[in-house]
Amino acid sequence: MCTCKTDNLSDIERTSELSLGPEIVEYIKTICEGPHKESQLISVLHKVQQKYGYLSMENINAVAYLLKIPAAKVSGVATFYNFFRLQQPGKFKINVCLGTACYVKGANLIADRFKQELGIDFGETSKDAMFTLEIARCLGTCGLAPVVTIGKEVFSQVTPDQVPVLLDKFRKQ
Amino acid sequence: MTHNIVQDSYEKLFQQAANEIKLREESSKIRIQVGSATCENAAGAREVYDEFNKHIEASGRQDIVLHQTGCTGRCSCEPVVSVQIAHQMPVKYELVNRELAHKIFSQHILGGQPVIEHIIDSKDGNLTKWEFMFCNSARCGRDLLPNFQEDLSNKLEQAGLTKGQYKVIPANCFGLCPQKAAGKAIYMMIRPSKTIYRITQIEHLDRIIREHILGGNEVKELEVKTKPMSQRFFNLYGDVSFFSRQTRIALRNNGLIDPEDIYEYITCDGFKALSVVLGKGNKEWIIEQVSKSKLRGRGGGGYPTAQKWEMVSKAAESTRYLICNADEGDPGAFMDRSMLEGDPFSVIEGMIICAYAISSNRGFVYIRAEYPMAIERIEKAVALCRQHGLLGKNILNSGFDFDLELRLGAGAFVCGEETALIHSIEGERGQPRPRPPYPAEKGLWDKPTVINNVETFANVPAIFLFSPEWFASLGTARSGGTKVFALAGKVRHTGLVEVPMGTTLREIVYNIGGGIAGGKKFKAIQTGGPAGGCIPEQYLDTIVDFDSLTALGSIMGSGGMIIMDEDDCMVDIAKFFLTFSQDESCGKCTPCREGTKRMLEIIERITAGDGIPEDIIKLERLGNLLRKTSLCGLGRAAPNPVLSTLKYFRDEYEAHVHEKRCPARKCTALSRYSIIPEKCVGCTACARNCPVFCISGTAKHAHVIDQSRCIKCGRCYQVCRFEAVSRT
Repeated sequence: MCTCKTDNLSDIERTSELSLGPEIVEYIKTICEGPHKESQLISVLHKVQQKYGYLSMENINAVAYLLKIPAAKVSGVATFYNFFRLQQPGKFKINVCLGTACYVKGANLIADRFKQELGIDFGETSKDAMFTLEIARCLGTCGLAPVVTIGKEVFSQVTPDQVPVLLDKFRKQ
Repeated sequence: MTHNIVQDSYEKLFQQAANEIKLREESSKIRIQVGSATCENAAGAREVYDEFNKHIEASGRQDIVLHQTGCTGRCSCEPVVSVQIAHQMPVKYELVNRELAHKIFSQHILGGQPVIEHIIDSKDGNLTKWEFMFCNSARCGRDLLPNFQEDLSNKLEQAGLTKGQYKVIPANCFGLCPQKAAGKAIYMMIRPSKTIYRITQIEHLDRIIREHILGGNEVKELEVKTKPMSQRFFNLYGDVSFFSRQTRIALRNNGLIDPEDIYEYITCDGFKALSVVLGKGNKEWIIEQVSKSKLRGRGGGGYPTAQKWEMVSKAAESTRYLICNADEGDPGAFMDRSMLEGDPFSVIEGMIICAYAISSNRGFVYIRAEYPMAIERIEKAVALCRQHGLLGKNILNSGFDFDLELRLGAGAFVCGEETALIHSIEGERGQPRPRPPYPAEKGLWDKPTVINNVETFANVPAIFLFSPEWFASLGTARSGGTKVFALAGKVRHTGLVEVPMGTTLREIVYNIGGGIAGGKKFKAIQTGGPAGGCIPEQYLDTIVDFDSLTALGSIMGSGGMIIMDEDDCMVDIAKFFLTFSQDESCGKCTPCREGTKRMLEIIERITAGDGIPEDIIKLERLGNLLRKTSLCGLGRAAPNPVLSTLKYFRDEYEAHVHEKRCPARKCTALSRYSIIPEKCVGCTACARNCPVFCISGTAKHAHVIDQSRCIKCGRCYQVCRFEAVSRT
C-alpha cells in the first residue's frame, strides 16, 4: 500500500496563518462564526491591504483557504475593484484627482507633469520606490479643485509648477 | 401603552442630553467654531483648530470654548471659522490660516474688535447693529406685502437708523409655514436677538420698530414661540447671500452641531421623529406620511420613496433588509460625504424609521473606501446610538430591534447601481444584473430589500418633525422637498447648495453661486455626473426637478453641478466623461463594454484633429444604441454627455472635424503655437521645457518654434511668463 502523505492541509493552514498574521486570522475566525461569511471577503481584503500595502498572491491564497472560498473567486474580486493593489506600492501614494471639477480646472496638466517628472505612467511606481502614481476619480473636495493627495496630505489648488516642489518635499522625508 | 413607554424613554434621553449640554455652560461662553470635514481639513482647518486651542490654553480663560462641526458647504471660503459671543452678531471668517487665527484671537476674542476684512461677504466693510431676515419664498406672504423689503428699509430710516446700522436680507423658507396657513404672513428674524416675528400687516412693522428696536422690548404678541427648523442655521449664516437663499432640510444640522456628539443632535430635536413614529406604532401611517410628502429617491433615479417602502412592507417574505447607498461615486458630487461627516445621526434616524416601517432588523451602510473621515464619523455615530439604546435590541423600549453594519466599497463606480451594490455587499464582484426582479422583491441574499441614498434618509426625520404637507409644499407637483447640489467648476462660490425643487438653474448659478468667476461668459451647466448631460444658456430658466432635467436630455442624478465657461471645449468635456464611463464599465454587457470604447476612440480621433465627417453620425448612432441596449442604468446613461453636447453644441464638433479647429482652444492637438518676437525676452524657459527640443534661440533673443517638429503639447504656452507664446 502506498504510504506517501497527500494530505497537506495542515501545512497549508499553517503557512496561510503565518502569511496573514494573527490579527487577520483572528478576524477571519470571528467572521466564519457569523452568518453570510463570504460577504465579508471585501472587508478582509481591506484589512490585508491596510497591513501589507497590497495583496500578494500568497495572501490571496491564504484568505481563500481560511475563508473556504475558491482562490479564483478571491482573485476575481481583488482584480475587479480599483482600490485593491496587486503590486507593492512606493513609499508615498500620489493621487491626482481627475474628477470633473478638477478636470475643468486643469488637473490633466498636473497629471501630465507628475508623469513627466517621475517618468512613469498611472499605476506605476517610480524607480526609487518612493512614489506610486494613481488617478483618483473624485476625492469629494471639488470646491478646492484641483486636488492632489500625497501620502496622507491633501494639497488644494495645485498648479503644474508646484509639482517638482511637492516631490522634493516628500523625497526629503 | 407602548406610546407612553417610548415617549418616556425619549423624554429621559432628551433630559440626559439637555443636562449634559447645560453642564458645559456654553451659552454664556464665547464659542469659536471650526469646520472639520475632509474638505475643511484639506484647506487647513486642522491647524487652525490647534492654533486656537493653543491660544485658549495660553490665555487661561475658562469662558472660551472651541467647537467642531462638519462643513457648511461653502467650499471656496474654507476653512470657515465662526465666533459667537452672547448678545452679539455671530461673525464668520473665511480662508482662515494660522496667522489669521492668531489675529482673530488677539483682536476679536480678546480685544473685542472683529477682523473685518476677513469676514465672509463683508463687502461693505462694517458690521451692522441690526439684521432683519425675512422669508421671501413664494409660499410666504410675498403677495400680502409685496414691497416688504423697501417698506421696512424706509420705516427704519424714518426711525432714525442710518444705512450702515442695519441690513435687510431676503431669505428662504424658515420652515414655519406648516403651523399657520401659508401665504398669510411674512416671517422675519431679527438679529442679534434671534427673535422671529409673524407679520400680517404693515402696521406690525411700526410696532416692532418702536418697541423692539428703539425701546429694547420684544413684542411678545407677534413673536413666534416654536423654534423653526432654519432658526439656528439662519441665525448663524443668514447674512451670507450664498446661504440665505437656501432651504436646508437634509443639511439642517450641517455646520451647526458637532457630528461626534449625540447630545447636540438630540437637543436639536434629534430622534424626536423616531420617538413619534415608534410611539404611534402604525407602520401604514408612516408610509402614508412619506407618500404625502412626495419624497423621491435622491440618488438619481427619483423613484417615489414611499412606493419602495410599501412594496417591501407587503412582501410575503418576513426577513427584510435595508441598505443605505453611500457609494457616492459621481465625480463632482460630494453632498453625501458632507452629510455623513457633518450630521451622521440624521441619516441613521432616517434609516431606523424606514426599518420600522418595513419591519427590517438588519441594515447596511455601504460606503466608499475613499471617504475615510465619513467612515470614521458614521462608525462613531453607530456606536453612540447603540450606547443610548437607539440601535440594537428594544429601541427606545418599543420592542423593535434593529442594527446597522458598515460595509466598505473598494473603488468601483458601478457599485452605485443598486443590484451591483447588493452583489458587492454579498462579497462578489460588483456587477449589475437585469431588473426585474427589483431589490424590493429579491434583493440582498434574495430577500426583499429597500435601498435608499444618504440624502433620502437624511430627509425622512424632517418629514415627521415638520409635517409631510409642508415638505410637499416646498417642491413641485411631483417631487416634494429640496435637493442638495454640489456646485463646482467655474462659478464664483463653490459648495453645497440646498434649494427647493422647482428653483431655476439661473437662481442657483447666479444668485447663490455668484455667477462665473473671472468675468468670463457662461457656456453650459453639466448636471448629474457622467450619466448626465450639458445644458446650454438658453435653458437656464428651467426649474430643477427630476422630470424637467430629463426632458432636456440631462438628469438630476445625485446632484453634481459643474459650471463651464467659454474656455471649456464641449467635445473635450464629453471626452472626459466618456473616458470615465469607459474606464468604469464593469464589462458585463457588450453594449457598454465595447460601445463606450468605440465611442471614446472616435471622440479621441476628433479631438486629435483626425476626425472624418462620418464620425459625428457614428457617435450619435452608437450612443443611441447604448441607450437602448445596455444592461444597467449606468450603461444606458453613459452616452448622455456625448448626445447632449451633440444636441446643443454640434457646431463645436463640426469645427473640430471640418475645420480642424477647437473654438475654445482647449484641444491642444488642434492648436498652433508660435512665439511673438516682440514680446519674447529670451528667458529660455520655453526651450528648456520643450520635451522635443523644437524651440531654438539664444538667451535674451527672441525664440522660434520649429513647426515641423512641434508635438503641440502646450508646454511652452504654460511656462511662458510674458504671454509671448500665442495659441491659435
